[in-house]
Amino acid sequence: MNPKPRLLQVLDVVTAVLFVVAVGMVFFYAPMERTMGQVQRVFYFHVATAWVGMLGFLVAAITGILYLVRKERRWDTAGLAAIEISLVFFFIAIVSGSIWARPTWGTWWTWDPRLTTATIVELVYAAYMLLRAGIEDPDRRARFGAVYAILGFLSVPLTFISIRLLRTIHPVVIGGGSSAAEGDFSMTPKMLQTFMFSLLVFSFIFADLLWHRLRLGQLADKVEQLRLKTIH
Amino acid sequence: MEPIETTNYMFAGYAVIFGVMLVYLVSLFVRWRKLKQDVQILQELEEKEP
Repeated sequence: MNPKPRLLQVLDVVTAVLFVVAVGMVFFYAPMERTMGQVQRVFYFHVATAWVGMLGFLVAAITGILYLVRKERRWDTAGLAAIEISLVFFFIAIVSGSIWARPTWGTWWTWDPRLTTATIVELVYAAYMLLRAGIEDPDRRARFGAVYAILGFLSVPLTFISIRLLRTIHPVVIGGGSSAAEGDFSMTPKMLQTFMFSLLVFSFIFADLLWHRLRLGQLADKVEQLRLKTIH
Repeated sequence: MEPIETTNYMFAGYAVIFGVMLVYLVSLFVRWRKLKQDVQILQELEEKEP
């Protein structure tokens, strides 16, 4: 396995610095929201982690198409890497949202369209991990993974538009939301800057983690090949 | 109007965010180290084979 590329080392450092700045902005730069109080600060990373989730699922759908067209193993490795990262970040978004909801909505959980569709997305991709782990033949596994990632992605825009089309208590940050939304707030310029910066930083985190996870996938492939060589 | 006291929920939220991210980073590191060891062992086995 090649040593860590210089660009990845730079990306690690840049991402870490940006992350520290984002944390600083969340706690010390963005003002406290006047109704919800301190818990509103969860919003910045809650949305950013959900963004990483959706971004990864999109990347997996694209790599799925690329695998079906080109039949190159690297696209399967990339798809798996993207989905694994997205599952983790989408899980964070769901749990952090639930913690925010407790003082704001008075409940940890409600089967609201957004929460329901987000849970479906998480379960769809958790099933992807379980099902592909049960397929031994690498080519069949990759083909299955590609088709699943493309079809599974249909659940993602459904989550995104659910709060824009249906009656929901989940607030909408960008664009008009449902009149039933609870916990809605107007962002001050400092809040907006912190929010946009958090989205940017989490995009860096996604790129950085994806690169690391790709290297891990390549190393796993190498181990698999060496095992096969040793057996035969 | 005074904002409601929700500091504990903020800490809980960020504990989850930082905690899960840290666990994932550690899992990447552990898997990487284990695979590196596997590569080393398998290469040694390959070299020993006639």
